[in-house]
Amino acid sequence: MTEAIQRPRRKDPQKRTVLPTLPPTSRSRKALGFTAAAAAGRFVLQKCDDCGAVTYPPREACPKCLSMALNWRDMPDGGRLIAETTIQTSTNVYFRERTPWRTGTIELDAGITVLAHIHGDVAQSGRVRMIARTDKSGQGVLMALPEQETANMADDKQLRELTCDPKHRRVLVTDGRTALGQAMANAVSAAGASTVFVGIAETWRPYAGADELAAIPNVEVMALDVTDSISVKELASEIGGKVDILINTAEHIRAGGAMDRDGIVTARDEMEVNYFGPLRLIQAFGPGMRFRGADGVNSACAWVNLLSVYALSNWPAYGSTSASQAAAYSLSQCLRGEFRGSGVKVLNALFGPLEEDWRQHLPPPKVTPEGLAKAVVGALQQGLEELAVGAVAEDFLVRWKEDPRVLERELTQPEGA
Amino acid sequence: MSTNGTTALSALAEALSKGSVRTVDLTHTLDPDFPVIILPPEFGQCARFRVEEVSRYDDRGPAWYWRNFSCSEHTGTHFDAPVHWVSGKDLPNASVDSIPVEGFVRPVCVVDCSKQSAEDEDFLMTKDFLLAWEEEHGRIPEGCWVLMRTDWSKRNPAAYLNMREDGAHSPGPDGGAITFLIEERNVVGFGTECVGTDAGQGAHLSPPYPAHFLLHGAGRYGLQCLANLDLLPPTGAMLICPPLKIKHGSGSPLRVLALVEETSS
Amino acid sequence: MTRRGKAARQGYDGVVAAVPITIPYQRYSPEPAHWWIARALGDLVRTAGITPQDVDGFCVSSFTLFPDTAVGLTQHLGLTPRWLDHIPMGGASGVVSLRRAARAVQAGDAEMVACVSGDANHVDSFRRMLSSFSRFAQDASYPYGSGGPNASFGLMTDHYMKTYGVTREDFGRICVAQRENALSFPHALMKKPLSLEQYIAARPISDPIALFDCVMPCAGAEAFLVMSETAARDLDLPAVRILSTIERHNAFPDDPIQMRGGWEMDREEFWALAEVTPGDVDLLETYDDYPVISMMQFEDLGFCKKGESADFVRSHDLTNGGSFPHNTSGGQLSVGQAGAAGGYLGMVEALRQVTGTALGNQVEDANLAIVSGFGMINYDRGLCSGAAILAGPGA
Repeated sequence: MTEAIQRPRRKDPQKRTVLPTLPPTSRSRKALGFTAAAAAGRFVLQKCDDCGAVTYPPREACPKCLSMALNWRDMPDGGRLIAETTIQTSTNVYFRERTPWRTGTIELDAGITVLAHIHGDVAQSGRVRMIARTDKSGQGVLMALPEQETANMADDKQLRELTCDPKHRRVLVTDGRTALGQAMANAVSAAGASTVFVGIAETWRPYAGADELAAIPNVEVMALDVTDSISVKELASEIGGKVDILINTAEHIRAGGAMDRDGIVTARDEMEVNYFGPLRLIQAFGPGMRFRGADGVNSACAWVNLLSVYALSNWPAYGSTSASQAAAYSLSQCLRGEFRGSGVKVLNALFGPLEEDWRQHLPPPKVTPEGLAKAVVGALQQGLEELAVGAVAEDFLVRWKEDPRVLERELTQPEGA
Repeated sequence: MSTNGTTALSALAEALSKGSVRTVDLTHTLDPDFPVIILPPEFGQCARFRVEEVSRYDDRGPAWYWRNFSCSEHTGTHFDAPVHWVSGKDLPNASVDSIPVEGFVRPVCVVDCSKQSAEDEDFLMTKDFLLAWEEEHGRIPEGCWVLMRTDWSKRNPAAYLNMREDGAHSPGPDGGAITFLIEERNVVGFGTECVGTDAGQGAHLSPPYPAHFLLHGAGRYGLQCLANLDLLPPTGAMLICPPLKIKHGSGSPLRVLALVEETSS
Repeated sequence: MTRRGKAARQGYDGVVAAVPITIPYQRYSPEPAHWWIARALGDLVRTAGITPQDVDGFCVSSFTLFPDTAVGLTQHLGLTPRWLDHIPMGGASGVVSLRRAARAVQAGDAEMVACVSGDANHVDSFRRMLSSFSRFAQDASYPYGSGGPNASFGLMTDHYMKTYGVTREDFGRICVAQRENALSFPHALMKKPLSLEQYIAARPISDPIALFDCVMPCAGAEAFLVMSETAARDLDLPAVRILSTIERHNAFPDDPIQMRGGWEMDREEFWALAEVTPGDVDLLETYDDYPVISMMQFEDLGFCKKGESADFVRSHDLTNGGSFPHNTSGGQLSVGQAGAAGGYLGMVEALRQVTGTALGNQVEDANLAIVSGFGMINYDRGLCSGAAILAGPGA
């Protein structure tokens, strides 16, 4: 049984902060297919389209029939632990600081054996459930969990290295004015966050739900306007050293494309919030988080971007907002690169139309703010980096992965989207 | 203080209404096409003046017209606060929002260098030049503004900046002139028609950019991109130059006015 | 397509190995692999009484030569061979080099082949080598704790123990006997006696592997010559005949975890070619980077049945004076592992034992030796295996 992690004590101000080190980062290009799936929480292995053989580690050709048609396929996640070792000494600094470390050989139901990290509650020679996640180096790894849920399972030391569980962590929700921001504050608080900082822009302007927001356990309302560099910097000077998870809920959305809009004032507002907003947040909060990627139980661990799925391909009905979201999406990729080395994950939650005022006229299915918040917290608990929320987003992603050019044609039809 | 039942302000009010005191505009129009200072490309650049319409009696705002504008604190006719330069960074009350307002309404001396500037685009105004000016117009009074007239404001935008491979070429003061104005005349500020208080080649003087370095280090102010200095008398006019009250501002675009007494001559 | 009947394999008649050379190992050394290989080659030609120009075949094994290979070494060392090989097979290098060289000499492609292995060991080079060992290791084993071979053999050992009821004491018997052998071997890095109690109480490394199950990475070099029997006689060199050899790579790829090596595939033919049986063998040199793999070699080479190694080590004395002399120099477990030279250690020691020139305790009447090699944990198991049967002049 896993021992529950206790809320960390206050830091000893005389002790140096532990700097992030990384598990091995090098992978073949082929292995990045595994990593990309793991970032979205999918457990895939290469399967030969010609002979059906499942193979691992990642290969260029099928070792059974030399077919080149190896493709990543979702795999049954069951297996059995057939050998294990607890590593007590390691040549890698990251593991050296974290030994003992349990690894093992799993005979998968998929028919092959793999090496994996082993959860502490897996019984000797026991059945396991496999998960694929990115580790602190941002690379995909396998971990074997007990088949059935166990007490405090998420608190397993090795599993917590792969997840971004809000439990005992301090979270900044950047915009608490909206139903989404408030739902997010509620969800991370319920997930055990020790502090939920919630940003409010233009504190002199009243907003719905203010009292309820302030009443959420562990919520601290702070002045923060993502369109104001000074405001962002000031808040970072105040709490930048204790933001472990940053969830950017600020968004500015208006209907309309390019040609039918007069002037760029609205587009600039969209860019100010949707692109320059995260850019300001990154500059103010990113360096502190990057430094604190291994800072104990409440290490900095995740940066969450909430992005309209139309960031991936423009929907002309919201064409200008889509463009600003595309900028934000591109920025998130840059951020992922800049956080490499720190162990801080970038979670992009791509969502379809949200149940809120500026999307009121859109038909269902829509995502509720509570639903989006719950999905984001779930993804943090699982340690994902990619998430699609809602039926529209899920369907959109399937089509996008299939062929982004076809999707572009679909979206730009007269009855697009 | 009153004399014969009139106050200074009532006398001024009367003079203004009678037209014996004129109000002269020393300001360029804020126009996207107006040149700004050009720095080496690896440095941050001065934002040009830009304007975007928010609405104009249309679907964006049926009964009103308004626009958003953006620019640098140093775009167009503008004011330099001491905090603008590193030499003034630690002075008290050195940003536009904290400068004592008394400095914004002061007598002004205009030193005419237009002839010299026409002959030499890199003309440097020296202490000796100022002493010669004083021979003719009297001692520069304490606490006034001194403006350097070059007629540069009459040039077209390209000739105004006068950018060449070795940088901009425009007249300005040398270090000795500025030191003289600060230490021996205790002026409140110094202004020019050019894009900066320093000469176009001011980087090569010692200290580099003497007007910026010395003026701001001594808590004095600068005015740049002034116009219509040819409409001012050498002495006797009153300058009105309050910058916008920008929090921690290093400077500000502003409307610069002068009150000029009509002489009977 | 059906397979045709196998052609009968040729023996190695008329080809011999000679001049066993060991350059004493050092735990750490600033010298590069080139230095170690040069020293071994120099000793080789001087001991043989030949000149470098007489070496017309050159076979190299090393992990730390980068960016060079055997090709660069020819120019570096002033050799002009007409036959050149580079054997990157780690623990199988010694056996594989011998059989390659033997065929070259037998066919007349070369007359005098120098087989040399050597590796550097700088302070951080072991970590560097592990982190870039193979693509599969980078993709799928190193990220899981970076335990290197300790972790790989931890898993194999765990599985082997559970499957066959083997205890740590059983492994300990191998390690303790080898340490005793090493005490008389001048080049061994481990100089202190080891008791079974000390073995059991050792610091855990990667459970169930503990300190004395592991080899100590070090720098060093090993070498020998392969030539015709006539050439050896002309040079008046004690020579060793090659009765049989095998090699196999990636055997049993579908075994979920390694419990056997390629020897099992080729065992029958191995003994048949030599026309001897395990009972005729005077000494066995297994590849022993961990004792579990020595046990697998006992089984797969036919000294006992699969899973019976524990009984075998309980019922035999594995020291040089014992009933089953095994790893007579102390093996890598006690001498140290000088990279690819670890794959030559048993070969060079066997050449000394069967020619009566042991540096440590000489096995009495040592004539027939088995040398076995195993190497390259590419991902989860060793891929290369090989073995040779050597006969000394007295056989």
